[in-house]
Amino acid sequence: MYPKDLRYSTEHEWAKVEQRRVRVGVTKFAADKLSDVVFVELPQVGAQVTYMEPFGVIESVKAVSDLYAPVSGRVVEVNTSLSEAPEVVNTDPYGRGWIILVEPKDLKELDKLMTAEQYLKAIGEDPE
Amino acid sequence: MSAKDFPVIVELSTPGRVGFSFPEPDVPERPIERLLPVDQIREAPPGLPEVSELDVVRHYTRLSHRNFSIDEGFYPLGSCTMKYNPKIHEETAALPGFRRLHPYAPAEEAQGALQLMWELERALAEVSGMDRVTFQPAAGAHGELTGMLMVRAYFAARGEKRTKVIVPDSAHGTNPATAAMVGYQVITVKSDSRGNMDVRALRQAMDESVAAIMLTNPNTLGLFEESIVELEEIVHGRGGQMYLDGANFNAMLGMTRPGDQGFDVMHMNLHKTFTTPHGGGGPGAGAVGIRSHLTPFLPVPVIEKEGDLFRLDDARPQSIGKIRAFYGNFGNLVRAYTYIRTMGADGLRQIAETAVLNANYMLARLRGRFDLPYDRVCKHEFVLAGTRQKKRTGVTTRDMAKRVLDYGFHAPTIYFPLIVEEAIMIEPTETESKRTMDEFVDAMLAIDRETQDNPDLVRSAPHTTPVKRLDEVRAARQPDLRWKTRP
Amino acid sequence: MTARQKSVDVAARAQHKYIPATDAEREEMLRVIGVPSVDALFADIPAAVRLNRPLRLPPALSDPEVVAHLRALAERNTHCDSAACFLGAGAYDHYVPSVVWALAGRGEFLTAYTPYQAELMQGELQAGYEYQSMLCELTGMDVANASMYDGASATAEAAVMAKDLTKRNEVIVSTAVHPEYRQVLRTYTGPLGITVAEVPHRLGVSDAEAIARAITDHTAAVIIQHPNFFGSLEEGKALADLAHRHGALLVCAIADPLSLGILKPPGAWGADIVAGEGQSLGNHVNFGGPYLGMMATRQEFVRRIPGRLVGATVDTEGRRGFVLTLQTREQHIRRERASSNICTNEALLTLAAAIYMAALGKQGLRKVAGLNLQKAAYAKEAISGLRGYRLAFDAPTFHEFVVRTPVAPEEINRRLRRHQIIGGAPLGRWYPDLKDGWLVCVTEQRTREEIDRLTSALEEIG
Repeated sequence: MYPKDLRYSTEHEWAKVEQRRVRVGVTKFAADKLSDVVFVELPQVGAQVTYMEPFGVIESVKAVSDLYAPVSGRVVEVNTSLSEAPEVVNTDPYGRGWIILVEPKDLKELDKLMTAEQYLKAIGEDPE
Repeated sequence: MSAKDFPVIVELSTPGRVGFSFPEPDVPERPIERLLPVDQIREAPPGLPEVSELDVVRHYTRLSHRNFSIDEGFYPLGSCTMKYNPKIHEETAALPGFRRLHPYAPAEEAQGALQLMWELERALAEVSGMDRVTFQPAAGAHGELTGMLMVRAYFAARGEKRTKVIVPDSAHGTNPATAAMVGYQVITVKSDSRGNMDVRALRQAMDESVAAIMLTNPNTLGLFEESIVELEEIVHGRGGQMYLDGANFNAMLGMTRPGDQGFDVMHMNLHKTFTTPHGGGGPGAGAVGIRSHLTPFLPVPVIEKEGDLFRLDDARPQSIGKIRAFYGNFGNLVRAYTYIRTMGADGLRQIAETAVLNANYMLARLRGRFDLPYDRVCKHEFVLAGTRQKKRTGVTTRDMAKRVLDYGFHAPTIYFPLIVEEAIMIEPTETESKRTMDEFVDAMLAIDRETQDNPDLVRSAPHTTPVKRLDEVRAARQPDLRWKTRP
Repeated sequence: MTARQKSVDVAARAQHKYIPATDAEREEMLRVIGVPSVDALFADIPAAVRLNRPLRLPPALSDPEVVAHLRALAERNTHCDSAACFLGAGAYDHYVPSVVWALAGRGEFLTAYTPYQAELMQGELQAGYEYQSMLCELTGMDVANASMYDGASATAEAAVMAKDLTKRNEVIVSTAVHPEYRQVLRTYTGPLGITVAEVPHRLGVSDAEAIARAITDHTAAVIIQHPNFFGSLEEGKALADLAHRHGALLVCAIADPLSLGILKPPGAWGADIVAGEGQSLGNHVNFGGPYLGMMATRQEFVRRIPGRLVGATVDTEGRRGFVLTLQTREQHIRRERASSNICTNEALLTLAAAIYMAALGKQGLRKVAGLNLQKAAYAKEAISGLRGYRLAFDAPTFHEFVVRTPVAPEEINRRLRRHQIIGGAPLGRWYPDLKDGWLVCVTEQRTREEIDRLTSALEEIG
């Protein structure tokens, strides 16, 4: 449920390093909490995002949440398929439900994020 | 459309059919091209239905049968004060001298209408303990906007820069939304364990950067703010203004007045307390009452009486301006005025007494079977929690609310206020009889049993409504906000 | 406390027809609650703020008395049935077919509220969807919301929406937009840091050259009214193109949607947001309210539109049904970050508008628009032919036009009363250079006889 190779933010985003770029999505916990995701407002490709500042919005029928950037940098790709099928955020949050791909200013920023183990503790779930 | 779908009007359209009757022009007719530039003329007529008058009558009559109303049954929608809407109001509001009166008729030709507004202003000022009342806002939230704009203008006139507004965590969503529209930063203050605004938390949050506190009293838990006197001292002590969201004014009529509680500005939802019909979500009317220090900032025009004449005063340099065109939802002012004249002073007090009595009676009967996060004498409404039922079999408040529909009632307000988990907010109003309330309570108790004996029945409710549970996720993912057929 | 004392507590209460609780029931309820008196239920209100005297209000009236009183007040007003009304200026005396209020006034609609329980409220939800659909057909726009308060506040909210969409902070508004709409626009936008630049009209229409000079990269929207406050048609397409060249939106206010029965809809010439007043669609003039704020826009802007939206969906058995949707835009979810604080709207008037549009239908709207056009043209020609009276502007008009009068318009109106005529709107209060400007409106309600009566009375006065 919470892959070990990802880093996690206090606002329930995950970050995954892929060849010096960082892929970003929301955690299973956040997706469950929102329940059925109906809309994701994405930034433009080329937009600058800042560590733990909002970069987009995610909505379910009765709730809305800001998306926070787990790393500063430039957006190089956004998951446009979410406009047609936002439900993949629920069904496959770490795969097809990714949200943006960022070219980071400084990869070391990721060290400030939580490990899977720390995140599990933060959300009050048993690592088992 | 599939065969089992109820048709939308355009699906009844038959080319060539008409549902209107207008005369031929009694003036010499010119070719349209001589009156209008050709490139401004509509090429194709709008894609409206082509139906007969009886088609229209049947369609909307059938739609009315697919709607629940106070006229049909009990509507305990907390926070909305769904009391009986007297039929006589429709008659007085429809008098041609009101309904057919043009807003720009010269004041001397509209004396009856202006007198009505003036008298209503006096009456509401007396009931609320305020000095002046404006009727321009079209609804409660619009009244909030008007009131908070006046607060802002007041501080601007004093040369004070205040940037924040305090709202309790139990507030209606309109309060923070209004504060933001007026350019204020919203500070949320927690409620205490008795459901009051936390006095200590307010004292900490309150300073000279806070323009106002927006309170609802009785608050959205249906509880009177017991520390109102201290709250007032804290806010006024730091020069702030007290705004009252008057959504729950019904519980106070003739018992206590917001002006006497120290509020500087309030809105009254005439469609709640003074029972102008809600119309499926509007029109409302949001009268705003103020203490005299805010008078210069009232929206224009203000009605003044000079001798026996009533006039509209536009020349008010410090006014916040206008909040909508003309003077407000006048038709609803006629209804509210009719109501106040029918009730009189004693009648208004009986409203508050009976609304509170009714709510406490229902609470007493439901108390043991539902969780009650704040167990106190309530005012006109109370908030239960469906947490026990959810824990027991996973049946949620939403499920139970849907099941209520099967018993022939509207559901209570649910999931509000946000500070109560699985909230169920019940407001009977004074116009419901003990028998009706008993029937509703019996239904709630039966549903509680069903959550244990037959949870699936509750989970799959409603079963008797024109449609079954609707797919809101699909509606939001693939918005279909209009028909696409081209008749 | 004994039962006998309780009886004293609730004694001498006149039973009111709106309050069913009898004394016996009150006592029974108090017993179940476990308190001695109703007063005990108010013990949480601090003594310092209790009201210890009766309210000072006029005594209660019985039904016959209250109707007589209201009738006496109503009869002091000169209204559109007691005199021939040539007043428009944002409130229009159109014929309201009997079906409209016979249906919209049904208790099932009238005494219902916002459809919080959609399954039980399909009637009003579907009517809302039909209204949205028909308003789109009328305006040529993609989506419409389920109403705003009125035309003025809808126009102001359109400016706020344009700010959100463009992330720009200035709007340009033509002074040919209704003066009260502009007042409301300033009220709404001021606190949000939106600057409003008013560009003076030129000869009764928006001045495209002046707007071109005023527009910048900070302009969120150009706001016009069409037909404008003076009744004149605007060059909507040219102004929309101009706005778009600068990345701004074109907001078109409409004060009388019946004009769209004959005029090219704003959606066809490039308007981005249509805001306006829907009173003409089946609603009476009502001394200014309740009215119907209309708002419609392009598909791509739907998530920024304020107010409620009705959407179609299906139930668990696959049947079509309707719900309020895209609610995350709204205050009850987004709170201080909502697109607007609007909650209660004008739902009943959208129902009336839907019934009106359905009854008139495809042909009727064109028919009634044509009647307005023809009758106004007849009156315009007749009045402008009178000695001393002339048209203020040359631009083509729909059903309103501005006349410059030889006698002050207020005085003309006073003298017209003898002729059972409600005269047009004097413009001097809003336009100092139009002190002799008189805005005359001729709807399908006016007969040739009334127009001729007006003309001969004017001749006499002038």
